[in-house]
Amino acid sequence: MTVMVQIKSLRKEFGPILAVDDVSFDVVRGEVLGFLGPNGAGKSTTMKMVTGFLAPTAGTAVVCGHDVKEEPIKAKAKIGYLPEGAPLYGDMTPEGLLKFIAEVRGIPRSKRKAAIELAAGRVQLEGVMRQPIETLSKGYKRRVGLAQAILHDPDVLILDEPTDGLDPNQKFEVRQLIHEMSGEKAIILSTHILEEVGAVCSRAIVISRGRIVADETPQDLETRSRHYNAVRVSVRGGAEKLVAELKRLERVSSVESLESANGVAECRVFPKPGASIVADVSQRLKDLNLQVDGLTVEPGRLDDVFRSLTKPSSQGGDA
Amino acid sequence: MKGLIAIIKRELAGYFITPVAYVFIVIFLAMSGVFTFNVGGYYERAQADLQPFFNFHPWMYLFLIPAISMRLWAEERRVGTIELLMTLPVSEWAIVAGKFIAAWLFAGIALALTVPMWITVNWLGDPDNGVIFASYIGSFLMAGAFLAIGACVSASTKSQVIAFVISVVICFLFLAAGMPAVTNFFSSWAPDIVIDTVTGFSFLTHFDAITNGVIDLRDLVFFVSLIVLALAANVVIIEMRKAA
Repeated sequence: MTVMVQIKSLRKEFGPILAVDDVSFDVVRGEVLGFLGPNGAGKSTTMKMVTGFLAPTAGTAVVCGHDVKEEPIKAKAKIGYLPEGAPLYGDMTPEGLLKFIAEVRGIPRSKRKAAIELAAGRVQLEGVMRQPIETLSKGYKRRVGLAQAILHDPDVLILDEPTDGLDPNQKFEVRQLIHEMSGEKAIILSTHILEEVGAVCSRAIVISRGRIVADETPQDLETRSRHYNAVRVSVRGGAEKLVAELKRLERVSSVESLESANGVAECRVFPKPGASIVADVSQRLKDLNLQVDGLTVEPGRLDDVFRSLTKPSSQGGDA
Repeated sequence: MKGLIAIIKRELAGYFITPVAYVFIVIFLAMSGVFTFNVGGYYERAQADLQPFFNFHPWMYLFLIPAISMRLWAEERRVGTIELLMTLPVSEWAIVAGKFIAAWLFAGIALALTVPMWITVNWLGDPDNGVIFASYIGSFLMAGAFLAIGACVSASTKSQVIAFVISVVICFLFLAAGMPAVTNFFSSWAPDIVIDTVTGFSFLTHFDAITNGVIDLRDLVFFVSLIVLALAANVVIIEMRKAA
């Protein structure tokens, strides 16, 4: 496992505001790191420091062995970057822009055409290569931004909200592209769409108020949810005693009764941390001789975890 | 170096894919004509030279050059493309110089399109071509100095309007420093050294010296060092904004 990006105690102050507070992590080749957090948590600021657009107040980042403070040009050469909102020169055509990027990035003249065709092909830009960028739809603009980021086949890809504002089909395509490229690169992407993390990321970092509050796989993150391994039960008749009976189970922490209609009662049974309760619940239902309509084990809910990790009270309330 | 050339090419092409270049060139040429023939009394003077033409250059540049320079950085910052540009593997110097050189070349193209005037004056009479050549050099250098100041101002704001107004004001101060109104103001009370220093910063003083046909090294050094200084300030402003 080659470490491609090392982020070392990055810190950024904007006047009196502390935007990023001592953030450190490593990203290895083959990893797709999802950077999560509410708006203003410091995701973009961290990315801007890694890509050399902003100078850190303290700390540094090392990209493929090049410190962004000491050797910014060498570090930048290793990175493909899609800034937030994919800003582009509107009066240029995608072809003109990609030629310019290829030239600045020092792709040899003989390989330029092939590199541009490959990148444009990967994001399906072929039909619009000669239209001014400002006349393109949002989806196409984003693709142009992605094409310029992958043009020089960088070792490190940094994508700030790559799917923001895209329709579901376009989101799917972008995720597909990220997935295809993930093998030989280290990819960092920021998002606040949680389903995306489960879909493309091999690791998730949650950042809140400039600090890392979680760093694990999306699956592990799910297990933090109180919904993880919760059991949803619906029964016919005998609803009155259902809740009370289930509460008595040893490994159950609480029971929440949901709406009941047409004689069908529903409730959600939460396990004590780490426990699996589906067997216990179904045994008890059998003992009670209730007519079971449905019994499902729930997956963890990332939005649940996200909220509990990033809500102000969990941070000691220093703001 | 590759990056510098790529940036110059992109910036220069940028003028011509939008109407900016054509509007600018047409206005520049039209104003040159009006000032030379109507206001400057070209025919009435009955002299075969381009003095009336060059006399108005400082005043045309005062408004036209900030119109070119105002968008150099302010527009990139407003649209956000500055993030794309500054994360490319090139030095800040290359980006600052690339933008400036492209703008300067563009001003040079507009200036070169006035060459028919030079040809006309040769057809009508027998001018001192050395003086005219020197004047073109002087005019080009002065345009560069205006541009470098304008670029520096543009780097410190998001708003093109603010960039334009402040550039005009600063450029006007550089022009006015050599005008009689200013020198008279100082001469009543200040020692000669103050007056010399103030007029020494005047574009008019140096430009007039060149248009008289004498390319003095001091006048060249003045414009070139002003350009370098303004570009260095431009780099510093860019770096400060990065650290902000």
